[in-house]
Amino acid sequence: MAEFTLPANSKVVPGKAHPAPAGAKNLRSFKIYRWDPEGEGNPRLDTYQVDLSACGPMVLDALIKIKNEIDSTLTFRRSCREGVCGSCAMNIDGTNTLACTRYISDVRGAVKIYPLPHMPVIKDLVPDLSTAYAQLAAIEPWMKTSSAPPGRERLQTPEDRAKLDGMWECILCFCCTTSCPSYWWNGERYLGPAILLQAYRWIADSRDEATGERLDQLEDPFRLYRCHTIMNCTKTCPKNLNPAKAIAEIKKLMLARR
Amino acid sequence: MRAFDARRRNVFEHKDNGMAARERPLSPHLQVYRPQLTSVLSISHRIAGVGLMIGTLMLTCWLVAAAQGPTAYEILQVWLASPVGKILLLGWSLCLFFHLLNGIRHLLWDAGWGFELKQAYATGYAVLAGTVVLTLAAWFAAYGVAR
Repeated sequence: MAEFTLPANSKVVPGKAHPAPAGAKNLRSFKIYRWDPEGEGNPRLDTYQVDLSACGPMVLDALIKIKNEIDSTLTFRRSCREGVCGSCAMNIDGTNTLACTRYISDVRGAVKIYPLPHMPVIKDLVPDLSTAYAQLAAIEPWMKTSSAPPGRERLQTPEDRAKLDGMWECILCFCCTTSCPSYWWNGERYLGPAILLQAYRWIADSRDEATGERLDQLEDPFRLYRCHTIMNCTKTCPKNLNPAKAIAEIKKLMLARR
Repeated sequence: MRAFDARRRNVFEHKDNGMAARERPLSPHLQVYRPQLTSVLSISHRIAGVGLMIGTLMLTCWLVAAAQGPTAYEILQVWLASPVGKILLLGWSLCLFFHLLNGIRHLLWDAGWGFELKQAYATGYAVLAGTVVLTLAAWFAAYGVAR
């Protein structure tokens, strides 16, 4: 049964308010989820004042500025700062996205930042993604063949290659998976949009020879069919991909092969 | 499901080394996620389904009353014409038309059409508009023409 409320140890309490820097005029407040595994008490929402006239345009710029200048204990993942690594995925202003590609100016009022939703929190904005990674491993995201190796690359027509567009671009940031209410309530058994998009990436690959096997694995009330077309995944994807459509394509293949 | 077993083991090992002795909190979900048109229509579809079930109970009562005889039927008719009865009927008709139209939207999705965000939003607004129009039409047909 789905639990719609947070467990007692997870309820967010009001946190510290850090004072504004002296002399700053273009201030914006950032309300950020904090939880320290070595500290005490519940997660809290700390408020920081950032002078936007001395800060880069992206939410990640503000996070780095806060960590450098106001509070070095603030913890978050980041790497490429250009939307290709997926490390800085978090919940910003109510939807999941990458901090590095989200403009501060696109958010009205205080910028609220939480970790990716319905995940165990390791520290502050760092969620434990090990279940999602295990689910990725479970669909065996590599090319599987039974025919003899051709002695060169396995070729593909441009049309077949084009079928992979909109899927190979996925950076596995798990913005979509953690935006999905179905995954919130059944995340142990439902694979979630990111993994199903990856599953379809291999099902749709003309060079892969394990399509039947892959479909067999997904033919399950939970792994695939917990998708109820809520569409939060497609709406939130920072790469503008369409996991909901990929899931629908898998469902269509399931019907077609009956 | 070897991968899942491995994950559990990792968690236990992690706890054993004393680094994270505290139980990890669950990050906020419903509490912070901004409702989207698509997600609101999705949960509304379920709620409308429950509404239809209650409406079907009402329909059953009405049929039973009609079978019982004129007295029972008259009591139910008066009750359904009362403000409370009318609100229930209005709710039932809204649920019926919303569930019907959104059900057609789901059929289109099942056929593989309508997954682009623009389409999903257009069909979503169309379902909302259609629900209002069909409900008004039904009430006009029931009360506007009869009286």
